[in-house]
Amino acid sequence: MKDLIIRDLCKTYNGKTVLDRLNLTIPAGKTTAILAPSGYGKTTLLRCLMGLETADSGTIEGLEGIRVSVVFQEDRLLEGFGAEANIRLCSPEASGEQVREGLRAFSLGDAEGKPVSAFSGGMKRRVSLLRALMAPYDLLLLDEPFHGLDEELREQIMEETNRRSHGKTVVLVTHDPYEAERMQAVQTVHLESLVQEQRK
Amino acid sequence: MKKNFRIWAVLFWLLVWQLGSMAIGSEILLVSPLRVIQTLADMIRQMIFWRSVCFSFIRVFGGFLLGTALGCLLAVLSSRFQVVRELLSPLVLTVRTVPVASFIILALIWFSSKNLSVLISFLMVLPILYTGVLTGIRERDRELLEMARVFHVRPWRKLLMIDIPEVYPYFHSACRTALGLSWKSGIAAEVIGMPKGSIGEHLQQAKVYLDTPTLFAWTVVIVLISLLCERLVLHGMDQGMKMLRRWKG
Repeated sequence: MKDLIIRDLCKTYNGKTVLDRLNLTIPAGKTTAILAPSGYGKTTLLRCLMGLETADSGTIEGLEGIRVSVVFQEDRLLEGFGAEANIRLCSPEASGEQVREGLRAFSLGDAEGKPVSAFSGGMKRRVSLLRALMAPYDLLLLDEPFHGLDEELREQIMEETNRRSHGKTVVLVTHDPYEAERMQAVQTVHLESLVQEQRK
Repeated sequence: MKKNFRIWAVLFWLLVWQLGSMAIGSEILLVSPLRVIQTLADMIRQMIFWRSVCFSFIRVFGGFLLGTALGCLLAVLSSRFQVVRELLSPLVLTVRTVPVASFIILALIWFSSKNLSVLISFLMVLPILYTGVLTGIRERDRELLEMARVFHVRPWRKLLMIDIPEVYPYFHSACRTALGLSWKSGIAAEVIGMPKGSIGEHLQQAKVYLDTPTLFAWTVVIVLISLLCERLVLHGMDQGMKMLRRWKG
């Protein structure tokens, strides 16, 4: 996979400019962290990378033919099904043993056989993250993936996420600079200052 | 299965009915529940009773199944093609608003009365299922659909694990309404058309001969079949959904 090159990306919703001539290069095979408070277009940028939004103007080079996996800001799980079914939905090639091993690594071993609707918020977040990590992908987009996890578990999950996504292109959106550091981000983009600079 | 009423409440209203009929003192005006039970016991011993039940059941339920199948198919097509939705919209509105008696009389002019209840039950069920399923398809969780799109979820998996579970509550609710209505309209059609050997024919004859006990007994039979049918169909559907969830995880 090549570097992703974002050039002059603009996106407006209901007259409000969310992305204004954004220029950014996301290096292939590395982790890029994007930090910004709410309302600076982090999620919009991810949606453009996923192909769910079309930019008003500007281009993103390097997206053609690549497989994208994502942890959305919301868990977006099938509540009536179990963790294993949710994971297999997006990674049909994964064997039962691989899925069970993943569940154990994410401390979800005892969740087998229960529907996701019975899970706590933290458990749902881990299923959502594991689903993204087990799906085949070239580009991994993570929108606040560790939100809602308790301190000890967060460390373990960050470690496991880092290990499983090693060598892949990862875009991590977060409020927390520590998460960017733990995910070994090679560049940290402060979207807030980037936007303000471009608005000058 | 959720209990909708308490047995003491049923007994209370049966007692009111019994006292009311004793106070009126005329079997033609208001027959007592005991007399209805006695008439019903006599009826179920006769072969003609079971033949009539089968005759009406096959037709009314057949109409329900046809209406359900076509309603679902048209809802899927309408959700995909705007032209189909626009084309069907006035038709569905017409079927929903035209009185059932008008359909029955028209159908009697065009066809024989033998399969009248199939057509009427079908016509009553079709718009309910169509509207319910179409609403369900349009109200599917957008976030889940986006997730399936990004992950390139295979169409069959998406159908079984996202589309069907998302539409199911709307389908279930539409079936519940349609089942009750199919029996009411189907029997009404039989009463007017009087196809030979149907429940409706017996009801009409009971009216002509002022045979109130038989009229009440057949009414009880219709209510029981309708309730039983609703319980069995809805229970079967719920079990099907549970099996799907177990099968897929």
